[in-house]
Amino acid sequence: MTSYVQPRYAYRRSPDQDAASPVKPVVVVGAGPVGLALAIDLGQRGVPVVVLDDDDTVSVGSRAICYAQRTLEILDRLGCAETICAKGVRWNVGKVFHRDALVFDFALVQEPGHHRPGMVNLQQYHLEEALVRRALAVSGVEVRWKNRVTGVRVGRDRVDVTVDTPDGDYALPCAWLVACDGARSPVRGMLGLESEGQAFRDRFLIADIRMQSSFPSERWFWFDPPFHPGQSVLLHRQADDVWRIDFQLGPDADPDEERKPERILPRLRAMLGPEARFEIEWASVYTFQCRRMSRFRHGRALFAGDAAHLVSPFGARGANSGFQDADNLAWKLALVIGGDATDALLDSYDAERTLAADENLAHSTRSTDFITPKGRASRTFRDAVLALAKRHPFARRLVNSGRLSTPTVLASSALNTDDRDADFPCGAGAMVPGAPAVDAPVEGEAGPWLLGTLGPGFTLLAFERLAEADVDALARRTVPVRVVQVGVPSTRGASSVADTEGFVAARYAARPGTCYLLRPDQHVCARWRAFDLGAVERAVARAVARTEDR
Amino acid sequence: MTTLVTAPNLDRPDDFYERLVAAHRDLDDAQSATVNAKLILLLANHIGDADVLDQAIAAAREDLAPAGLHPRDDR
Repeated sequence: MTSYVQPRYAYRRSPDQDAASPVKPVVVVGAGPVGLALAIDLGQRGVPVVVLDDDDTVSVGSRAICYAQRTLEILDRLGCAETICAKGVRWNVGKVFHRDALVFDFALVQEPGHHRPGMVNLQQYHLEEALVRRALAVSGVEVRWKNRVTGVRVGRDRVDVTVDTPDGDYALPCAWLVACDGARSPVRGMLGLESEGQAFRDRFLIADIRMQSSFPSERWFWFDPPFHPGQSVLLHRQADDVWRIDFQLGPDADPDEERKPERILPRLRAMLGPEARFEIEWASVYTFQCRRMSRFRHGRALFAGDAAHLVSPFGARGANSGFQDADNLAWKLALVIGGDATDALLDSYDAERTLAADENLAHSTRSTDFITPKGRASRTFRDAVLALAKRHPFARRLVNSGRLSTPTVLASSALNTDDRDADFPCGAGAMVPGAPAVDAPVEGEAGPWLLGTLGPGFTLLAFERLAEADVDALARRTVPVRVVQVGVPSTRGASSVADTEGFVAARYAARPGTCYLLRPDQHVCARWRAFDLGAVERAVARAVARTEDR
Repeated sequence: MTTLVTAPNLDRPDDFYERLVAAHRDLDDAQSATVNAKLILLLANHIGDADVLDQAIAAAREDLAPAGLHPRDDR
């Protein structure tokens, strides 16, 4: 029924199947969005990586379809945002309806001066195809299709992985194993580990339909609409004139019955009208869970994406948080493998991303409680909020149809250096230590956007002109720091950008002298009102978990 | 921390109480529950202070022995 033709990637026999394989630096299990993003990032950092996937194609069905601004910025760093944005549907406005009336609308990004939009919708298979193409173009990245992990033993110095292929088993030892093998994570099971939390009873139907429509590219959410009384409905536009419609069915729905076209069609007709012409592309009945592993690092085995944590779909926090996992892990693994940091740095992956998972789980659970209230009191309050929201602005803030993914501010991370200068803003949206660097338009050799100007490693964003000797000293460190100067004449060895519209200074609350230290994943880890070489060096040491330097 | 006011604070307590009860007089149980929920939400927003609201929630539950399983437990 789908019009999408799955690509088939050929299984190829590896030399590792014929002779004892040398110990690989990193093996990634799972060529989904998270595994591929991690592999591309590692490859770009010069770390050879083998990705194992038990299948030979991309996602079957559209699955994760919303990619948030921060994810697009990460994809920019990985060299594939352009393809994905060109193919996808950008949107910025969400509308919430109760019964037959609009309750309110919201904008994801409320100000100009960002390279990437608030959200891009794209079928997961298209996204994965773009990632596979990019992965194959990055030297050092090898994807092995039809390679299924059947055994994992985590030792002190290495991980022994057994892999099953159409040609039989082979042994693949590696220094680090990253499991990005999805919600059911076979690797997690093989290691006897659990992901704990709660399963929700309500069933939902996803119907992807192909339809020519003049509907705007917006997220529309209905509570108790006339065409599907008592339940909720969510509408999203995807690429290729495909629309995602998500019907809440309640806890008693029969999944096998609800999957049948004769059950789906009347629901669609009620919503779209008897005249609407459409074809069903894909349908799936699902329940969801909110859970996570207690730790994402188990010695030399690390977990990322759905394997590590699972949320409800409301808020698009699954795939988007998985990309942030990969973003967080790649530079740390690269430094550890390169000998420039100890494995203590990987504990910060666990600390930072379990914190992020808790934030996502809290949002996801709250949305779920609002969308599918349990018990009479909970339902009464929910309906009261919706009724009040029509007239009273305060109640609109309580309506929760999903709080859409924003990147986690790693405010409590041990890698951050606390502010020494007291006059930096600290409220929501401020560039506090732990916040991902926000983009802004600039003029410079590396193009018209600030994030595109940052280096692959640590960057010092300086709103003053540094001495050449300081730029040199930072560049020559074991963990080098590249200097990007804003709005000042260039110094040899540093990049310079012009803050033509004043967005950079405003977003970074900068004055002459202000400096921000950004990690390789573009998160702020320290900031000062004046440059101090020693302070920058101590902050870098702290950000790579080098305790002896503190 | 602002403390929840539990000393008398209503200008005309009997008038208020009469109006509160009157607001429910022609309603069935479900409508009454709706009005109460809206009232709580409106007043909570007016108060705004999370500490005060937390104390009010705690005071409202005082001396109650929970008699029901929370519906969250079964999913």
